[in-house]
Amino acid sequence: MDDFLIRALIGGFGVAAVAGPLGAFVVWRRMAFFGGTLSHSALLGVALGVLLGVNLNIGIFAVCAVVAVLLVTLARPSQLPNDTLLGILAHASLAFGLIGLSFMEARRIDLMSYLFGDVLATTEQEIVLILVGGGLVIGVLVFLWHPLLAATVDEELALVEGVPVKAVNLAFMLLLAVIVALAMKVVGILLVTSLIIIPAATARRFSTTPEQMAVIAAFGGCAAVAGGLWGSMTFDTPSGPSIVAAAFALFLLSMLAPVFRRR
Amino acid sequence: MVPANRFAAAKPLLEASGLTVVRGGKEILSNAGLKVREGEIVTLIGPNGAGKTTIIKVVLGLMRADSGEVKRRPGLVIGYMPQRLQIDPTLPLTVGRFLLLGGNQRYGQGRVRAAEVLDEVGAGTIMETPLQAVSGGEFQRVVLARALLRDPDLLVLDEPSQGIDVNGQAALYRLIASIRDRRGCGVLMVSHDLHLVMADTDEVVCLNHHVCCAGHPETVTSDPNYIQLFGKQVASTLAVYHHHHDHEHDAGGNVVSLAEAALDTEKKTGEREGHHG
Repeated sequence: MDDFLIRALIGGFGVAAVAGPLGAFVVWRRMAFFGGTLSHSALLGVALGVLLGVNLNIGIFAVCAVVAVLLVTLARPSQLPNDTLLGILAHASLAFGLIGLSFMEARRIDLMSYLFGDVLATTEQEIVLILVGGGLVIGVLVFLWHPLLAATVDEELALVEGVPVKAVNLAFMLLLAVIVALAMKVVGILLVTSLIIIPAATARRFSTTPEQMAVIAAFGGCAAVAGGLWGSMTFDTPSGPSIVAAAFALFLLSMLAPVFRRR
Repeated sequence: MVPANRFAAAKPLLEASGLTVVRGGKEILSNAGLKVREGEIVTLIGPNGAGKTTIIKVVLGLMRADSGEVKRRPGLVIGYMPQRLQIDPTLPLTVGRFLLLGGNQRYGQGRVRAAEVLDEVGAGTIMETPLQAVSGGEFQRVVLARALLRDPDLLVLDEPSQGIDVNGQAALYRLIASIRDRRGCGVLMVSHDLHLVMADTDEVVCLNHHVCCAGHPETVTSDPNYIQLFGKQVASTLAVYHHHHDHEHDAGGNVVSLAEAALDTEKKTGEREGHHG
């Protein structure tokens, strides 16, 4: 196997293994659109990162974190429905990101690689970043698992039972911001949400506990990465969209599974 | 003259007074208050939108009042049963796992306790059932069990009987009363079914943004404010229903406490005078 393919597999697995369990919470909490907003704002992070000369992942994480906090603080005073607010922030930040990048045309920013990922060009440095960042996210997620699950089931009940719901929710959104920053390399800004929610949705039918669903989602995501990369190499298709297509194929199979079982 | 509340001397668990909550220019609560003592069942009634859930949320600390104060006994442990608890169908959660989410006990030990409490609420067989697959009545019992797992000094129940048929409702209220008897905890609940909770309620607080009347169930249902709020028909239906039970009016027009009356059914008169003479 070629070196670049091995790097792509390791990077992709690292991201998918973390995105799966986080995605389970995104599905349970009905935050899919929230994830989409975060990922759209990531392009603004790229622009800022290039402009300020800092690591792009840090730029993306910073912008995602600010957007997450804005969403929480604006939700009440604006009195707008949550999905409207999410739509406004998603597309405003995407527009500003595109405008910002247009000023940098001279430096030959490869917009397509940000929008749709470029996992086959993963460097060793990026692999280290994915493994360290991903490990950190998993660690925090395990630590927060119980209170986060309690807050997911019912926030007010959790509050009365002594769970610091606000802090836990904020921590969860920051974890999402990290995974969006890491996943951009693999599937790109426009497809990040799919890597988070599709494996989790696929896992639902095969799970009887929350932990099972998280683990199955992690493996499902890895399978999608492997399948997508295989497809990309075989049919010479773009890698990011191929991974998402593979994830979707697995999802379709999971929908059919009970039909076959019944016969 | 008010019929004797047998908890008048018990220590207060929670006392709220002067609560005012204004949201969107509307006064949801206006100088409202309530008090729950050890071992006492306090039932909050009132029309839809009267602020029942709001006052519950304020005393639980889930919502901030614009003015007024809530005093809790230091170290008070509260078991809470929210009004609407919806579990997302995508979340695979068994009854047992749901119960364990309430505490921070170790898994094995917690499971034994959870099974015991589930038995206590009469739902012992559904430990491994997915939460989404249990019936409305079972679900309410499971949520009650989660509240009980905390060994609460005070149970706060927001419309515990919703989604349950009438027979099931009566059974649930009997269960709540028996839990109070066994554990000696205070109970604060919101209920629309006054005719069902009547027998076991020690104090009724009738809320319509402000506390329009409060006291023993029998006193409240004959209060002009109560009759005005719920209309003559409802009030008289309740009254008729009471006549199936044993209750008496004394010279002053007051009514013998039902709890006492129930005890006295066979013995008849004599001791009654002492309670509200």
